[in-house]
Amino acid sequence: MNKHVIVIGAGVAGLEAAGQLSRAGIDVSLIEREKMTGGHLNDWFKLFPDRRDSREVKDYLEKFTNNDGIKLLAGIEIEKIINGRGGVKVTTSEGKELIADALIVATGFDLFRSSRKEEYGYEIYDNVYTSADLEKMFRKGKISLHNGKSPETIGIVHCVGSRDEKVGNLYCSKLCCVTAVKQAIEIREHLPESKVFCFYMDMRMGGAMYEELYREAQEKWGVNFIRGKVSEAGEDINNKVIIKVEDTLAGRPLKMELDMLVLMAGMEMSEGGRKIAGLAGLNAGENRFFAVTDQHYGSNRSSVKGIFFAGTCTAPMNITETISHSRAAATEVISYLNNK
Amino acid sequence: MQFDPFVIPFNIGLYFIITYVVVRCIIWFRDLSRPDKLRLQRGFFGKPFGESLKEIFLESLIHRKILKSNLRLGYMHMSLAFGWFLLIFFGTVEADVFGDHHLNAPYKAIFFRFFNPDHGRTGFESAYGFLMDLILAFILSGLLLAVTKRFYSRVVGMKKTTKLKITDRIALTSLWMIFPSRLLAESFTSGAYGNGSFMTGSLGAWFSTFLPVRELAYPFWWLYSLSLGTFFVLLPLTRYMHIPTELFLIFMRNSGIRTGDKPGTYSEVQTYSCSSCGICIDACQMSFAAGINTMQSAYLLKAIRKNDDVSHMAQNCLMCGRCDQKCPVGIELSPIRMIQRRMEDSENDFRTVYKGYFRSQQRPEPVKPVMPPSFGFIPEAEPKKVDVVYFAGCMSHLTPGIKNSMVKILNASGLSYSFIDEAGGICCGRPMMLAGLDREARELINLNSQLIWKTGARTLVTSCPICYKVFKESYYLDVEVLHHSQFIGNLIRENTVKFNFLRKRVVFHTPCELGRGSGVYDEPKEVLSHIAKLEKSKFEDQNSLCCGGSLGNLKIDSRDRIRIATQTAAELTKGDPDILATACPLCKKTLSAVTGTRVADIAEIAAEALVIPRQQRNIAKQIRIIKELADIS
Amino acid sequence: MDKFGYTISKGRQIDYDSNDRRIAEYIYEREPSFRLCIECGGCSATCTTGNFTRFSLRELNILIKRGENEKVRQNIRKCMLCGKCILVCPRGVNTRNVVVLARQAFQKSDDYAV
Repeated sequence: MNKHVIVIGAGVAGLEAAGQLSRAGIDVSLIEREKMTGGHLNDWFKLFPDRRDSREVKDYLEKFTNNDGIKLLAGIEIEKIINGRGGVKVTTSEGKELIADALIVATGFDLFRSSRKEEYGYEIYDNVYTSADLEKMFRKGKISLHNGKSPETIGIVHCVGSRDEKVGNLYCSKLCCVTAVKQAIEIREHLPESKVFCFYMDMRMGGAMYEELYREAQEKWGVNFIRGKVSEAGEDINNKVIIKVEDTLAGRPLKMELDMLVLMAGMEMSEGGRKIAGLAGLNAGENRFFAVTDQHYGSNRSSVKGIFFAGTCTAPMNITETISHSRAAATEVISYLNNK
Repeated sequence: MQFDPFVIPFNIGLYFIITYVVVRCIIWFRDLSRPDKLRLQRGFFGKPFGESLKEIFLESLIHRKILKSNLRLGYMHMSLAFGWFLLIFFGTVEADVFGDHHLNAPYKAIFFRFFNPDHGRTGFESAYGFLMDLILAFILSGLLLAVTKRFYSRVVGMKKTTKLKITDRIALTSLWMIFPSRLLAESFTSGAYGNGSFMTGSLGAWFSTFLPVRELAYPFWWLYSLSLGTFFVLLPLTRYMHIPTELFLIFMRNSGIRTGDKPGTYSEVQTYSCSSCGICIDACQMSFAAGINTMQSAYLLKAIRKNDDVSHMAQNCLMCGRCDQKCPVGIELSPIRMIQRRMEDSENDFRTVYKGYFRSQQRPEPVKPVMPPSFGFIPEAEPKKVDVVYFAGCMSHLTPGIKNSMVKILNASGLSYSFIDEAGGICCGRPMMLAGLDREARELINLNSQLIWKTGARTLVTSCPICYKVFKESYYLDVEVLHHSQFIGNLIRENTVKFNFLRKRVVFHTPCELGRGSGVYDEPKEVLSHIAKLEKSKFEDQNSLCCGGSLGNLKIDSRDRIRIATQTAAELTKGDPDILATACPLCKKTLSAVTGTRVADIAEIAAEALVIPRQQRNIAKQIRIIKELADIS
Repeated sequence: MDKFGYTISKGRQIDYDSNDRRIAEYIYEREPSFRLCIECGGCSATCTTGNFTRFSLRELNILIKRGENEKVRQNIRKCMLCGKCILVCPRGVNTRNVVVLARQAFQKSDDYAV
């Protein structure tokens, strides 16, 4: 009889892990709470650093998982997880019980809810948006303000909900800097007359080809970078957003009137992941993402036997890293099943 | 004349303490300011005298307030204080009635049974003896609780008990020995003479079966006298000084004397009136939420008495005022702490010097360097004339939801108003004050006062309870100062603005500065129950919690703040309300960071419920049309 | 003046070795969070005083740390202690206490100097 593995979450991590397992001849049940697979890929238009369409990655992942060895259960919640001697028993919201030899948790991340940084006025002022809102506009092919007009000056705030003790997130989300640079370029592509300003604390361009993208943004697209944390935003009678920031390199406070303010929301442990943590008795680490047994060689292992992690449910990662991490999870599961 | 050498320690102690207390009171009286002297004289010879006596009976003897808040702890204090009082009172009567003479020296009453060992044979005498035994048993039961409390404080229902210094330990031991040694001395004497009542008598009879009670009695009378003598002599150096001091405090308070902002007799008397009962420690969130047990009021007062450096302690406090509310002695704890904070500032040079039994204030001529104004850079403004001034406050600029809501409500009210710090104003001065920097606070107050005065406004509305408190207390303005919750309340009452009823369950968090700080409890709740379904919580009004964000604490680190905030939010959202409402931008920011429940200011909820007058809606529509037309052209 | 050649003017560089960093040490000891600052400038941006005059807490912090005390001494009393900076600081620096301690440290060093 074939081995059976349950994968929770059908985003990038879940899809890749499921695909790899089924290639190895293992039966996979892929459970997703949303109706659609692909996770955050569905909300993003183009990906950094090469700015290819996110659909291409999604197509690859879905083709990879479109086979008989993988049973997709979409639009389904998990109600119960029991880890016993015979394997892992998962009860779904439909009352169905699934028994598997191992479980991969790939619950991903949630974007930081930007209204929690009230001083930036998201959901209070008309022309404050998040990076996710902007992606939707890119997909539609039109960047517009609340009143339908095109913005001329756009400010991008880095580190919204990351590296911020005040919202309880001490960690760096890693992706927001490069997302900001990517989105700044895209804005300039769409609106050649516009001016874009990035407000950053540190530019963390540590991935492959990130620094090159940063240079391109400066050289080719004339994006302005100002080092300082935006402390607060206000709104004037013309619905313009007025921000307060210190230009720390010039050593002077800077006040600027913007048509549009875009907040680079960070990554947080997903609410779905927290639920699974509760059901399966998994530990959260200091940053509330799942705690892995070892940062160096155990980044897919949980403290519970037979349960493994894949992707951003353990830490912020980009897509490349997520896919590698998921493949590693599949390898871990296969060796676990062979030695069981 | 009956006399025995063993009474000498007691006599020394008693006359010493009486002399000491009298001298001390004279010094205190001398140090009072002239108006306070007059107040005390009028209070002592006037109507407040009766009230003071009543209060002394209820609080110093019965300990009514402690009884109310904690029955077992109250019983402990009551049995010792009231019991001892009864023992002295009835003992004196006993010596007077049954002794050789009338009007005896005090030791005759205290050691009555030693001098009258044969007493207690007739019916009346034995009934009286029964009463005396009963009182002693009453005290001993309290003592048993006290001893257990020392070793295991939960027995009396307290989480924490105060820590002791060495003189306190000796005094405490001698205090503990007083009543057991009396019991044993009386029992042995009764055993030897075959009399005594239900306790001393039966105990004595039992002892006499296996002990040489006649020989043992005398050393125990010595022990009894020594314990009393030691206790009295050490009294001024220990916290037990609170016993005589509290009487003086009650007279002063009922005469209308208050703490003020400089150290003086009243603050000193209060400092000595603290019995270290520990109720303030149990009330303190720094203790039960953040696990910090070093800075509570009882410790602060003790450190002041010891003349320790209290600067860190004084500043490491949220100034939430929970302990002020709960102190059974009625000590004005926050004002005393504020005095200590002011003493930090070199511009306020008042020092106290400790001299053994006598502590007196040396007030060297304050070396006041003539400081240039700190805020000379602030330009003069020319505000427009209006009826209502809206001052959002510094913090509200970080909570745009609050100031936007207030603008909406003010617009709907149709009043002529100006949002005076819309582009950022200057600080109200309270944070400076909380840091003990009064002169600079006064500078800010003057600057703001000028600005407000220039508007000619009749009403000043603020969104920040910190500003509200200082506007109310320290600004000399001829305007009505309102917190926005009161302002909205007025709009509702006068029916100027209409509000819908929101189908949302709301629980209200009273901000410290608004509630305990300024006494505004009901108005916010009235507003909330008008516009939503207001639910009760365990921590309301006087018993409300601090959010942890307080500007009162200069020292607390962010982790401990989060600990306090998390617990407060958890307590308030126990009933799973839709909204955790508050009336302070600082509380809102602090609480919303630690809870999943929606946290909203009362102004935001009111703005949500606001019915925009038809007329204004039309105007808004027309403005939009004009704007659009302007764009087209 | 006909003497040419290279001379280094004193005010040009931070003389880290000979600068007096005792003020910084005084604050580090009493307010460890002072070390956490990453110079993001959030405090200066939101600053109530900074709205009216040149006053940057971020700048003063770094100057104290480098022992460049004079500018700090001249400006530190401009702070109104309103506490907005505490609410903004992403590192949880207890900024108000830093100001209070800096004032105290200068006061004490002035007292010794007399």
